[in-house]
Amino acid sequence: MTRHPDTVADAIAHPEREQPYAELGLKANEYDRIKEILGRRPTSGELAMYSVMWSEHCSYKSSKVHLRQFGDKKPETDKLLVGIGENAGVVDIGQGWAVTFKVESHNHPSYVEPYQGAATGIGGIVRDIISMGARPVAVMDPLRFGAADHPDTRRVLPGVVAGIGGYGNCLGLPNIGGEVVFDPCYQGNPLVNALCLGTLRHEDIHLASAKGVGNLVVLYGAKTGGDGIGGASILASETFEDGGPAKRPAVQVGDPFMEKLLIECTLEVLHAGLVEGIQDLGAAGISCATSELASNGDGGMHVVLDKVPLRDHTLTPEEILMSESQERMAAVVTPANIDAFLDVCRKWDVDAAIIGEVTDTGRLVIEWQGEVIVDVPPRTVAHDGPVYERPIARPDWQDALIADAPSSLTRPASAEEVRATVLQLVGSPNLASKTWVTSQYDRYVLGNTVLAQPEDAGVIRVDEESGLGVAISTDCNGRFAKLDPYNGAKLALAEAYRNVAATGAEPLAVTNCLNFGSPEDPAVMWQFSEAVRGLADGCLELGTPVTGGNVSFYNQTGDVAIHPTPVVGVLGVIDDVEQRTAMAFGSEGDVVLVLGETRDELAGSEWAHVVHGHLGGVPPQVDLEAERRLAQVLVAGSRRGLLSAAHDVSDAGIVQTLVEMSVRGGSGAVVVVPADVDPFVLLLSESTARAVVTVTESDVDALESLAAEHGVPVSRLGVVGAAGSDLVVEGVYGGTASWSLDELRATADATLPALFG
Amino acid sequence: MRIGVVTFPGSLDDRDAARAVRIAGGEAVALWHADADLHGVDAVVLPGGFSYGDYLRCGAIARFAPVMGELVKAAQGGLPVLGICNGFQILCESHLLPGALVRNDSLHFVCRDQRLRIESTSTAWTSSYEAGQEIVVPLKNGEGGYVADEATLDRLEGEGRVVARYLELNPNGSRRDIAGIANERGNVVGLMPHPEHAVEPLTGPTTDGLGFFTSILKGLVEA
Repeated sequence: MTRHPDTVADAIAHPEREQPYAELGLKANEYDRIKEILGRRPTSGELAMYSVMWSEHCSYKSSKVHLRQFGDKKPETDKLLVGIGENAGVVDIGQGWAVTFKVESHNHPSYVEPYQGAATGIGGIVRDIISMGARPVAVMDPLRFGAADHPDTRRVLPGVVAGIGGYGNCLGLPNIGGEVVFDPCYQGNPLVNALCLGTLRHEDIHLASAKGVGNLVVLYGAKTGGDGIGGASILASETFEDGGPAKRPAVQVGDPFMEKLLIECTLEVLHAGLVEGIQDLGAAGISCATSELASNGDGGMHVVLDKVPLRDHTLTPEEILMSESQERMAAVVTPANIDAFLDVCRKWDVDAAIIGEVTDTGRLVIEWQGEVIVDVPPRTVAHDGPVYERPIARPDWQDALIADAPSSLTRPASAEEVRATVLQLVGSPNLASKTWVTSQYDRYVLGNTVLAQPEDAGVIRVDEESGLGVAISTDCNGRFAKLDPYNGAKLALAEAYRNVAATGAEPLAVTNCLNFGSPEDPAVMWQFSEAVRGLADGCLELGTPVTGGNVSFYNQTGDVAIHPTPVVGVLGVIDDVEQRTAMAFGSEGDVVLVLGETRDELAGSEWAHVVHGHLGGVPPQVDLEAERRLAQVLVAGSRRGLLSAAHDVSDAGIVQTLVEMSVRGGSGAVVVVPADVDPFVLLLSESTARAVVTVTESDVDALESLAAEHGVPVSRLGVVGAAGSDLVVEGVYGGTASWSLDELRATADATLPALFG
Repeated sequence: MRIGVVTFPGSLDDRDAARAVRIAGGEAVALWHADADLHGVDAVVLPGGFSYGDYLRCGAIARFAPVMGELVKAAQGGLPVLGICNGFQILCESHLLPGALVRNDSLHFVCRDQRLRIESTSTAWTSSYEAGQEIVVPLKNGEGGYVADEATLDRLEGEGRVVARYLELNPNGSRRDIAGIANERGNVVGLMPHPEHAVEPLTGPTTDGLGFFTSILKGLVEA
């Protein structure tokens, strides 16, 4: 290409040139601010950089003022080695080990191109984890789709699942959990979130900063191509309007083999002490990596853009700056270490190029063909983007929604009706077996998977000698968040916290992926601000700090936003994974107990959704103190070896919990509803802070006194049956409801294959 | 006893194979694809994974790795070699074993706990099992359908070289439910399921896979 680039000299000489800032997603006031910062109009390269870095996706401009609460309300903890703001938070789990974990969204690309969108979502989050110096050890994927039987779901879901499997399996990372949720509110706006967990020794933590004048900036990994150009600002910041102009540049294409080499190469250079600072290239590519490294370090960097290895030699310098080609990393390396660094890259067949060096000028200067095309204070690009206090207004429909309580819905009134209702629920897409999805993921690779889906949480052994391990779970009930975003966020936290505790792990820290509609809609902004406030308050109350997270806005089509969906991930630690508690029923004759209190709470429930298509009322009461006490019983019970099984109670209540424990273990149970209790409420209410456990008859007293010690109510439900026995519930409106395991399994297993082949 | 485990670019279950060797009581020796030297090991495992990203065809690029030249010679001379999953694909591409592995008939990657029947206990890697023994080990592959022409299949059956067969469900469309085969001498075995992921009660569905590794160690001690 012989096109003359727009240089800094040109910008000074030709201040009048019209620039397409609006097409790049910048508002007029933002463009004016750039001119003010630079004292001139930006060059086209600078405009490209500011536009991607100041996009909602990269700058958090609408969410920043709210997200501060996670820091302001941070509970006292000495477990956080690295907090919010870095690529991912780092948590001390003891014995010199630390873990880092983070969840990110790849919603919009996955709607456009499900396979590559989901695949590169995994790729991006994995690079965040390796940039911290950690070895990725597991992934999980919270997924949400439109109605299960909608034709577009048949396009999106199989592609997303194949993409996650295709990329994650090829990287050699076990996929240990996640969620698959269907709701018409996600039609046109599927949520594809990806979580990665990494482990490291305390001394191996690395941060993204460019320190040491004269140190070299190395770009390594895949060559830069034309994929995903402008993806960060345009794909993630605009909604899909019918009939609008197509702003859909190529979604990035993933190469998991290159990523696998990049993981091994990166960990080898980090462990050999060859790196001063490191940063992955994700959204906004080179623009982001150079400005963030410079901004976090000595403040200056000189880059020669011609040195960037290209896959496509027709790319303009602006495109090179914006390209989101995958599988690339940037490292800052001393001149003394550079040969050793490049040797490691050669060993792994990874391309590497020195593209610049660290300076103390306070400027990020980028050259192209001998001329300066970028000369900016890097902080203004990376950190000093616009910050908005968006208007907030509680939606006018909120009161009507809350007033529409489920009390008038017809409830089953006989044993036969309860039996039929339960089967309807067991086979409904949200509760049905997810094996069709999870069997496409490798859960065994690396050989440290102790528990994986459909267990309450994934459990990974971190230290093979001591048995130290971690548990992780992600949860969110968008219907609860729609009814009450503040408590909905707390409920998501409570469920993930409970799931982790159910395995015997002590909950320690939190990450989140906040999926919402347009921040320009005051009603959405109200949902967002309430959810953040709820999550921050909840984390303070439970003593689990937020270590990082991600915000995804603009998940809406036209005026219709998705349910507010604050996905919460909780990480817990377990001193010896041998002691973990699984969900399958214990042995025949073990006693089935429920911990916690059941109230008549069916607003937003799976029953109201599946049977009546109803959403309204006040969601189940949040009692985080009760959650904490329940967790203490579950963790202590596991450590003392009292529990032969534990499973959290959430969607579709105790009966669904019993069904899952039966099917998983291959034996049913005989359960008796006490005479003074309403069978329907006991079986299907979604009251929180509850779990079903099994213990041997001789341990019942010990468990009851443990629960009493922590003030957790216990009630006896029944007894585990023989292998292959039915699940039987007696005392149901004067009759007995029972299901054979074959019937339950067949019903749960049939749904997804029938829909997706 | 020293068992080599080869790491190619994109190998994934190499650490797991090494762990299984150690749990069985052997010494695992890391071998590097670019190093044309077997370092005097007594047997070799080609582990699972996606060598070279499975680009071109599974195992097609790995067979040209420097280490493979030495390995093919040694295997022809009787060195015990076990190829698991991608390792099986590499053994077929290297013509140490007949036939090929093609995309699963379901067109999906599949990860499941798979029941197998051990059909031959006369190989270097299966002597610890009882003939006809049923085991459950993880299976995880996208291109695990074993195919060969009818004459080759008949010969494999006739010569007792079908090492393991899928039971209950054929997960990938393999001809005659074949999960693993051996060469004529019985020193080279290719297996699509992953015995190295069934060696610890904590992390595997069973410990049924351990027999492959104890077989080789026992055989080497007796040799």
